Amino acid sequence: MTASAHMQAPDTDPGYNFAYLDEATKRMIRRTLLKAIAIPGHQIPFGAREMPLPYGWGTGGIQVTASILGPDDTLKVIDQGADDTTNAVSIRRFFHRVAGVRTTTRTAEATIIQTRHRIPERPLTEGQVMVFQVPMPEPLFKLEPRLAETRRLHALGDYSLAQVKLYEDIARQGEGGSSYSHPVMVNHRYLMSPSPIPGFDNPKLHMSPALMLFGAGREKKIYAVPPYTSVVSLDFDDHPFRPVRAPHACAACGSTTSYLDEIVTDDRGGRMFVCSDTDHCAENQMARKAAE
Amino acid sequence: MSPILEGQDLALRFGAVRALDDVSLSLWPGEVVAIVGESGSGKSTLLRVLAGLMEPQAGRVLYHDAEGAAQDVHALREAERRTLMRRDWGFVHQNARDGLRMGVSAGGNIGERLMAAGGRHYGNIRAAAAEWMSRVEMDPARMDEAPRNFSGGMQQRLQIARCLVTRPRLVFMDEPTGGLDVSVQARLLDLIRSLVAELGLAVLFVTHDIAAARLLAHRIVVMRHGRIVEEGLADRVLDDPRHPYTQLLVASVLAA
Amino acid sequence: MYVAVKGGDAAIAAAHAWLAEQRRGDTALPELSAAQVAEQLGLAVDRVMAEGSCHDRELAALAIKQARGDLIEAAFLLRAYRNTLTRFPAAEPVDTGAMRVRRRISATYKDMPGGQVLGPTFDYTHRLLDFALLAEGEAPTPPEESEATGAPMPRVSDILAQEGLMRREPPGDDAPPPDLTRDPLPFPAPRALRLQSLARGDEGFLLGLGYSTQRGYGNAHPFVAELRMGEVEVLITPPELGFPISLGEITVTECQMVNQFAGQADTPPQFTRGYGLSLGHSERKAMAMALVDRALMARDLGEEVTAPAQDHEFVLLHADNVEATGFVEHLKLPHHVDFQSELEKLRSIRARWEAARNGVAEAAE
Repeated sequence: MTASAHMQAPDTDPGYNFAYLDEATKRMIRRTLLKAIAIPGHQIPFGAREMPLPYGWGTGGIQVTASILGPDDTLKVIDQGADDTTNAVSIRRFFHRVAGVRTTTRTAEATIIQTRHRIPERPLTEGQVMVFQVPMPEPLFKLEPRLAETRRLHALGDYSLAQVKLYEDIARQGEGGSSYSHPVMVNHRYLMSPSPIPGFDNPKLHMSPALMLFGAGREKKIYAVPPYTSVVSLDFDDHPFRPVRAPHACAACGSTTSYLDEIVTDDRGGRMFVCSDTDHCAENQMARKAAE
Repeated sequence: MSPILEGQDLALRFGAVRALDDVSLSLWPGEVVAIVGESGSGKSTLLRVLAGLMEPQAGRVLYHDAEGAAQDVHALREAERRTLMRRDWGFVHQNARDGLRMGVSAGGNIGERLMAAGGRHYGNIRAAAAEWMSRVEMDPARMDEAPRNFSGGMQQRLQIARCLVTRPRLVFMDEPTGGLDVSVQARLLDLIRSLVAELGLAVLFVTHDIAAARLLAHRIVVMRHGRIVEEGLADRVLDDPRHPYTQLLVASVLAA
Repeated sequence: MYVAVKGGDAAIAAAHAWLAEQRRGDTALPELSAAQVAEQLGLAVDRVMAEGSCHDRELAALAIKQARGDLIEAAFLLRAYRNTLTRFPAAEPVDTGAMRVRRRISATYKDMPGGQVLGPTFDYTHRLLDFALLAEGEAPTPPEESEATGAPMPRVSDILAQEGLMRREPPGDDAPPPDLTRDPLPFPAPRALRLQSLARGDEGFLLGLGYSTQRGYGNAHPFVAELRMGEVEVLITPPELGFPISLGEITVTECQMVNQFAGQADTPPQFTRGYGLSLGHSERKAMAMALVDRALMARDLGEEVTAPAQDHEFVLLHADNVEATGFVEHLKLPHHVDFQSELEKLRSIRARWEAARNGVAEAAE
């Protein structure tokens, strides 16, 4: 992140300020981000703006990215783990057009990674920033729809409702937890929605060297997990949280540890499994070739 | 020894109605006190004010915790009051719907207080829930069923189990047997009596049922028009009522 | 060898090109101009201005053209554009009492100072398709113009207020009103923010909610004290001048709906007012807004809150069609990562279920 005040990259759209938002809005969002980082996992309301992309397409994440982006940044955008999905392409293009920043598909090269629904397989490093697009920031919303009430529960640190829900899941299904958006305790204080990443990715949030920022545009909330912060998936001592992946090897790179997409190959039940993280898969394939 | 709960000079008016008119009341550890009176006498209001659910306009409520410290219930911060209500106190509502989560299984209902107190071992929580279902004479095999599958009397037992699982020191009950069949009432009262004796609980309960008061209470407080008109040991108040209103109450039961 | 689906870039470009082609339609027909939209589809333009929170007929018409007539999409385009504009100081409150009235009716009085002005309305038309419009007809004959009387048209609510029958609005402070487009909504929401939210809210949603209050969900017995539409002057006071100057006129529709209120120990029975104000000519919207505004006062008036239209969070968090359409339509985005974990989960709990059932069957044998 570097200061971005009024710097215009040479090939950007001259009709808009650098990274689309005006500087006052960006400052407001950065102030919100500072608050969010100071209180890990706590949702901070902010004056989200309408963006030229629809709500639900990542307006929260885009506003966060726009506010922290500087001309020297290298941006990676993924959706479902892949750089090439249409929404990722569209957002990457947007920032290329209004900010002219360097973009990349390589996790290792990126300074900012905006994501929808995944955390890359390659371990993140210090100085990297993850920006999550969040559809529903309130982890308790299915148990208590009223925001005035959930705010009270957060203030009191009263999360027994969430624990009861987990208890009921185990009692009914034999195992606990949601398969994605599984709630986490951040810094032993606030219950937080990790956004709809699969439970498989939850452990990557724990003690990560990277800064994790979460933006919810429609719901107008920002929250954060600073580097090296404890993030624990809600569970029971005797039913520990269990991240799941399809029990197969990637058909493209052979990985047996990465999160897999299931591809339907025909209408007779044919299936194959490949890495959801396209950059990781490509790296694995290159390494394989080099080894051969 | 100090009382476990003290209401001092409590007053509360609803418009022109004096629901509580300078009421003071003490409850001692292990003591069971019944508040009796007709509807509109202020007995339920007194219970709610003493339990911290309703704010008095004057007076205060002191709770003496296990360490002997006195806490002004209405001056506590919300977080402290909630902790108190979940750890040291229990409240049994007349209507089970007010005291249970109807969308959560019987086991989940009992386990919630354990989880709120930090319980994170599923097996232990279930074991405790099963134990408490047995203690209130429910079938532990039904612990994964929703409360709506149970009869009214069973729902009250479930509510009691949910309260007692964290071993509170003080339990408030608002007409715990109200609305149940007479035979069901009798069995429930028996159960409450044996649990209270076994656990040495202090209990403050509201009832309009003199027979229930005689069966459970050590001491009886009679309320009328927001004031305590008579109080004393249960047998004394019922066998030798002094206030004309108490005499009327007792006589009406005997006549019935 | 499987190759992951690629080519998002090319696909998007092709889709956009196709969209542009569809928008233009048959090129043998003349292209529709934004000016034609503004003139001949004026009520669509009004709705887009209202829900887009931006009074600019030309831009709204452009948005409608670009959105192929999808009015929510058009409102969205207008909002996104509006957001990039520099802010001048806030205008003075518009004086609807001084409106140059084109239409003004009251259902509560047969006649009142200034009279009833029917104006351009569908109200008393017969809804019969006019096949003459299929042919390119001549311009309709304009109605005979009558002399404007110049008589003042006091607001009906002010007439009721003089009698002391109308509940006084609690006095505001001098603080500038909060701005919904700059700050998030707090709950319970103050009236200023409720009205802002309703003014840009979806007409259909408010219509349904308003309707529900008439059908017993909210216990309303409303009367249209007054509905007026016309032009009002927009004034701003530049700090360097210190006095207001006119920026021009805009069209607005205002509805004041009265409702009885039983009163309480310290307040006499009286009328309360639901208020609706909408950019452009949009009566349905202004009326629905007034109904919902009144319903949302239940809490402040100490009435029992039982119906959806009285619930601040329910109404205000779901009234915005740009937010709503975004979240509903985002379900089109790929969710296969989440779905994959859902699949694994279902398989796993299904296996447990089957194992448990087989166990039961074996035990029974």
